[in-house]
Amino acid sequence: MALNTAQSKEAGRVPLPINSRKDTWWIKPLLVFLGLSTFGIYATWRAFENRYYSWGPYLSPFYSPFLVIHIGHFAISPALLILPFPLIFRMTCYYYRGAYYRAFFWDPPACAVEEPAARKQYTGESRFPFTIQNLHRFAFYIAVIFIAILAADAIIAFDFNGHFGMGLGTLIMVVNVLLLSFYTFSCHSFRHLIGGALNCYSCSRSGKTRFRIWQRISLANERHMLFAWLSLFTVGFTDLYIRLVSAGIIHDVRFF
Amino acid sequence: MTENYDLFEHDVLVIGAGGAGLRAVISASQAGLNVGLVCKSLLGKAHTVMAEGGVAGALGNLDKKDCWEVHFKDTMKGGQFINNWRIVEIFAKEAPERVLELEQWGAVFDRTPDGLILQRPFGGHTYRRLSHVGDRTGLEIIRTLQDKAVSCGIKTYMEVTFTRLLKDGDRVVGAIGYYRPSGKFIAIKAKAVVLATGGWGRMFKVTSNSWESTGDGVMMAYEAGAELLDMEMVQFHPTGMVWPPGVRGLLVTEGVRGDGGILRNSKGERFMFKPEYMPEMYRGQYAETEEEAHRWLEDKDNNRRPPELLPRDVVARSIYKEVLAGRGSEHGGVYLDITHRGADFIRRKLPSMYDQFYALGGVDITKQPMEVYPTIHYTMGGIRTEPESCATTVPGLYAAGEVAAGLHGANRLGGNSLSDILVFGRRAGDGAAEFAKAASHGSLDERQIEEEMSLMLAPFTCEGKENPYRLTQELQEAMQEGAMIARNEEGLSKCLQTILSLQERAKNLHVDGAREYNPGWHTARDIRYMLKTSEVIVRCALERKESRGAQWRTDYPDRDPEWGKKNLIAGKEGDQVKVSTRPMSEMPPELAKLFEEGK
Amino acid sequence: MDKVILKVFRGDSNGGTEQDYEVPTFEGMVVLDAIHYIQINLDSTLACRWNCKAAKCGSCSAEINGVPRLMCKTHVSDMAANGRPIVVHPLKTFPVIRDLVTDVSWNYRNSEKIKPLQLAPDAPKPLVMQQMDVDRIQEFRKCIECFLCQTVCHILRNHNVKEQFYGPRQLIKLANLDMHPYDALDRREMIRKEAGVGFCNITKCCTEVCPEHIHITDNGIIPLKERVADEYFDPIQHLIRKLSGADKKKK
Repeated sequence: MALNTAQSKEAGRVPLPINSRKDTWWIKPLLVFLGLSTFGIYATWRAFENRYYSWGPYLSPFYSPFLVIHIGHFAISPALLILPFPLIFRMTCYYYRGAYYRAFFWDPPACAVEEPAARKQYTGESRFPFTIQNLHRFAFYIAVIFIAILAADAIIAFDFNGHFGMGLGTLIMVVNVLLLSFYTFSCHSFRHLIGGALNCYSCSRSGKTRFRIWQRISLANERHMLFAWLSLFTVGFTDLYIRLVSAGIIHDVRFF
Repeated sequence: MTENYDLFEHDVLVIGAGGAGLRAVISASQAGLNVGLVCKSLLGKAHTVMAEGGVAGALGNLDKKDCWEVHFKDTMKGGQFINNWRIVEIFAKEAPERVLELEQWGAVFDRTPDGLILQRPFGGHTYRRLSHVGDRTGLEIIRTLQDKAVSCGIKTYMEVTFTRLLKDGDRVVGAIGYYRPSGKFIAIKAKAVVLATGGWGRMFKVTSNSWESTGDGVMMAYEAGAELLDMEMVQFHPTGMVWPPGVRGLLVTEGVRGDGGILRNSKGERFMFKPEYMPEMYRGQYAETEEEAHRWLEDKDNNRRPPELLPRDVVARSIYKEVLAGRGSEHGGVYLDITHRGADFIRRKLPSMYDQFYALGGVDITKQPMEVYPTIHYTMGGIRTEPESCATTVPGLYAAGEVAAGLHGANRLGGNSLSDILVFGRRAGDGAAEFAKAASHGSLDERQIEEEMSLMLAPFTCEGKENPYRLTQELQEAMQEGAMIARNEEGLSKCLQTILSLQERAKNLHVDGAREYNPGWHTARDIRYMLKTSEVIVRCALERKESRGAQWRTDYPDRDPEWGKKNLIAGKEGDQVKVSTRPMSEMPPELAKLFEEGK
Repeated sequence: MDKVILKVFRGDSNGGTEQDYEVPTFEGMVVLDAIHYIQINLDSTLACRWNCKAAKCGSCSAEINGVPRLMCKTHVSDMAANGRPIVVHPLKTFPVIRDLVTDVSWNYRNSEKIKPLQLAPDAPKPLVMQQMDVDRIQEFRKCIECFLCQTVCHILRNHNVKEQFYGPRQLIKLANLDMHPYDALDRREMIRKEAGVGFCNITKCCTEVCPEHIHITDNGIIPLKERVADEYFDPIQHLIRKLSGADKKKK
């Protein structure tokens, strides 16, 4: 089809006022910036602290699995070895990507808002290093292993020196692992692998099963952002709670 | 002053890029010809996107008893037997194939549990017959045809408005118009021209039509000497939005009633059950109690359809009478209630209706009834064409879709327009291709081109003070008052006088500004066609002294069997509109027999 | 509020200015009503596109108070809160023709480059497809081609890389075709290279402005990115495909 509208040339775009959005578009990126920064700073500090990570049957998710590696006389904090994995999962997560491209890279800070310094060349995720984002599914596989480990930790948290019991810490750890599961299994990559990749669901019996799972995952996926934030909060809070109890600043509330 | 113009050449030129135009382009280009497509707006924005409910074709996916014969009968009855039987026969036979072909080109209709195309019931159709995609079937069809046409390698002229057909002797050999963006002129030379310019609802105040529906296509054909058929037949869709004022007239799909929507007046009565609204022809074929209508929702085989699904003219008239009798809703309509089908069902089957009322009217149709009133919707009349080839009475000129006439008679059934554009869009493309293959290019007459260009440019230099928008408004008010749903001699005559005086005033139109994308200038050009089309409509309405389908004469309230044997023909004679009648050809016995069997 | 001020961009490809118009309001009034009022009563030369006035055709796209919207679906009362004027501009991403009308032909040219549905040779006639198979693609087919997603997308809007990236609208079209149960073409190379899906950084503005509420990013673009990852970034799947001999796509 040839187009003939007399005006097909890509004429120079008309210079318009830089940004005529007058609403409070900056609140959302600011909140994301503050939220992620706070967590980042807290997690880094906690990773280097290398103490107050367990109390009774509780083990901080930052320090699980608890593997200590020595280099000479120096013991590396397990958190430094562990945290990169969930970090990679979240860094390559489709939700967080959009969020930090907006809040940190200002690419764009909000919809229809000028980027303060629109770079000469934009390549998005089509060039290295950002092509790495395409490996999100592998980060997902690892994240599933971590869910298993944290679930085991949460079960152990019922074991008070051989007695079945439950404290506030147990509850927090259980909620944490639940929310982490919701976040992990509502992942876009998982949604694709489980059923999104198919073009015909009704063509085979396995297709129909995969469709049903895909449908559920899709429902959860709509709330992926919510789970991302809730689980980020609970994982930090779980660590904070255990740290405070472990440091003796507060006392664990024991239900039974 | 001599104006320049761009000149292009095609074997077949199709004017209008709605469903009919696109379908014509596809078949003409599949015949191996060089095809040009002219569209007034951007590609894919034509009126076809407004069609909602579905496309009628007797696929029989749900009701196995459905077949072309029943579709034929339904359409003839709906049109009150002034349709061209041969056109209807071709239509009913070919519609299913045309619908299925869309699927091969990428259209994705809603599905039955067997994986076939889902069909919904509609007014006047005996069986579930409308293939649909929720309530955005038109969008699905135009996008499918658009993609197909584009992949055929045609040349598209977007935002180009054609204003006159060019003739070489008797034959149409091209057309001239202008590029809206630049205001410059363009002429296209073609061996055959297909008109697919749609209808003309814009001369009424309350209408579901967009700014494009100004009757330019039908008037270009009229000026070129084509015969027009039954121009008085203008369809009032029973359900248009009423409130707020900005959306008055906006279409509410018949799908709402097809899916169980109930009409009530302000007293809460389901007034379509009143015996006085049931036409003799349909007596006994519709549910007689609300219980039966309710059972029909679940069991369509053993219950009859609710009377809300009578043909559009009947329902529109009933609503009009209810409101006239003081039983109207708050803003002067009646209530259309679908809430009993549940929020899930409504959002799935009528998503754009839900959106439309929620966003534009502030009404949640899953919880509240809608307010509706008849709105101008469709024009059954138009250019007279040959059933097989869609040839008009002018050599080299073909017409398909709403601009053509003969299929719908006095009243169109819902869903038949979408299959109309498919069946006859294809036939017009084939017909034009056949003509073009046998013909060579004619020669363009510079005098005609000069004439048209200076006529177009006149409002810029005219000393007069008439404003094109004001004139349009005055015309719309006159038509709304004199030629609307209830017509009579006095009102129509008064309306005609107004139109004639407006035609005089239109000679003094003046517009400001430059030629580039100037809507005022464009309106000045539109009003020319709107005034002439209105004149033809009113003259024909005056002539038809009976009530039939969309034409309801309060001074001649009955159907006259004599008028059922002929069509009204309008043509150009000098500067005058000449209205005459033409006897209809008799239906062959094998078709006539269908009506006796009571099948 | 019985009156509202509209600041409308007036000009052409050489530039222009905002002009103020005072327009009386009525209940349920949308911005397109106000533009029509200006055309009829104040200035008949004001250019804008519109067709259906019911949010079905996608013609009347404009930037209202800085955000791309359909004029026919945007209420004056929502835009003029606190008596502020309503600012109406043409789509920023495309060259202005005149006033509110822009040259969007770039979109049509790209659309043309996408190969149409090619049915698999074994496809039954008529097609047999279950609703479960078509739900996904029906969402994409709701697109009315208003190009709001194209104009809001920062890749086109701020970086103007129109040579390398087709934009959300065409990606949705590709998703529709790629997920069709009977489409026989492998479109992943095109999705990655010509259409440039990698340029998208999933900041989701397209989804935010879509008047048809299509989940462009979550249901369209991200699945396409995953399909591309299957082919180009997943050595394990690659190996499995090699071993099982199923190196052709589909089903």
